[in-house]
Amino acid sequence: MTLELTAQDRAMLDGEQGPSAAAAMKILVAFSNAVGAGCLLDIAGAHIDGCLYHGKAGLDFVERLVEGGGRVQVPTTLNVGSFDLIHPGMVKMPLAEEVPARRLMKAHLELGCQATFTCAPYQTRFRPSFGQQIAWGESNAIVFANSVIGARTNRYGDFIDLCCAMTGRAPAWGLHLSENRRGRILFELDVPDGELSDSLFVGVGLIIGQASGDRVPVIAGLPRPRDEDQLKALGAAAATTGAVALFHAVGITPEAMTLDEAFQGHAPDETIRITRADIGHALARLSSVPDGAPLAAVSLGTPHFSHEEWMRLLPLLREAAPERRIPIYVNTGRATLARLQEEGALVGMEAFGLIPVADTCTYVTSILERLDGVVMTNSGKWAHYAPGNIGVSVAFAEMEDCIRSAAVGHVVRSAS
Amino acid sequence: MTRPVERTGIFQLAGEARGQALVYSQPLSFWGGIDAETGDITDHSHPGLGQNVAGKILVMPSGRGSSSSSSVLAEAIRRGTAPTGILLERPDPILAVGAIVAEFLYDIRMPLVVCDISNLVSGDQIDIGIGKDGGPIVRVHPAINPAEPRRQ
Repeated sequence: MTLELTAQDRAMLDGEQGPSAAAAMKILVAFSNAVGAGCLLDIAGAHIDGCLYHGKAGLDFVERLVEGGGRVQVPTTLNVGSFDLIHPGMVKMPLAEEVPARRLMKAHLELGCQATFTCAPYQTRFRPSFGQQIAWGESNAIVFANSVIGARTNRYGDFIDLCCAMTGRAPAWGLHLSENRRGRILFELDVPDGELSDSLFVGVGLIIGQASGDRVPVIAGLPRPRDEDQLKALGAAAATTGAVALFHAVGITPEAMTLDEAFQGHAPDETIRITRADIGHALARLSSVPDGAPLAAVSLGTPHFSHEEWMRLLPLLREAAPERRIPIYVNTGRATLARLQEEGALVGMEAFGLIPVADTCTYVTSILERLDGVVMTNSGKWAHYAPGNIGVSVAFAEMEDCIRSAAVGHVVRSAS
Repeated sequence: MTRPVERTGIFQLAGEARGQALVYSQPLSFWGGIDAETGDITDHSHPGLGQNVAGKILVMPSGRGSSSSSSVLAEAIRRGTAPTGILLERPDPILAVGAIVAEFLYDIRMPLVVCDISNLVSGDQIDIGIGKDGGPIVRVHPAINPAEPRRQ
């Protein structure tokens, strides 16, 4: 397919809006040609996963756009960076890395991006609405926006998310187009009635991620979630074990009120049954240590803890009243943290070992005091990546068990 | 056996390059698959593990994996540890972005060509040029004693 540009696109390409917009449009055109898009479409917002420092090229790119006087053309949020700018001193990094890593976060702000520094932009005031075209990076945010909200994005990443933001355009291809959003593979969930644990949603996510490949999964029989955080956990897990950018849950997510709607009237290519035992096996693979193992820390909030999750956590902390010796890290967005502080909700909580982390995440940078022990988490995504990223052993469990374990100093899990 | 010594294709990023072919039948992800500091292949599940892509013409069916491969390719081009050119059977948006960004930032053109890659083996001398129409011309000087049989 040949890419057709509008007169405005061409003007931008020719430099009428400055060298930075021209460069962004040039890269976007090449990308669009490579994916076979027929044209570009307007986007309502962007989310940039470009603030983690991975090397000089990434920083050079943003600096060049800043030098060229570039500004983002649509409301643009930023994913986590390598630093917690709210709590200085929390991240430990050699100065040679710290300087460019801090600069990378700041340079994005100079392009007009919002200082959100969260992997859950859907929890901010920039949350998109149903049907909106957006260009988002960050796998969990992408799957949440597409599936839970019904906004439309492909899996954007490195450089190209920013090029979309700088031009306000995205290639008209993939999940931007209705016909590509139809389900392809059906997962029939067979679990006992009344089960509504968080880990059930994580387990389903792990399984569909692994089995879907590049096909859009449809889940039938998923219990109605308590809140959107359970769908957040499902999507994050599916985008961890696979490349899932959109899932439908029949009767739950907005483009799947019925099975027929989810498949847009077609039949599934394949049907896979998921039993409670399958979920148990998938979850068991997240833990590398047995119950009773001594605990070094707890890490919650991957993806970033929502206000609702905090409201569940804080009573648990008061009830279990863990002593300070086991740090309980909770990753969250700075806007959520500010709201909690205004509400006075965190007063006295540090006595229980609570350490809120903003702007970044405990598995992408060096925050944890001890890396030699077992870390407990309720996040499928954290459990999957942390051993490789920061070298810890992981025990996966429900949030309640994480807090109970912090109180006794070793891994305790309810029968699951 | 005869084969054309010249083939055409499509540029994802135009440029000229020359080097020894490094041919894989399996796609390689730059992110998690190549060390940008050295150009070494580090993917344990890839047959090229331990080989080095720097200065070679990398030949493979397609790209693979995470969009973070764009950054790794751009960083490798900056450091001089990247291939001098890449031939793919199918266009790849992620590698295209990495190559274009590197050209934009550092004025280094690592041509990325979509063309027929059958019958190429590691060790062939490959010359990527620009034809009169702006499209690529890929000239192949076959290795005389290839280390592996030629794939049709």
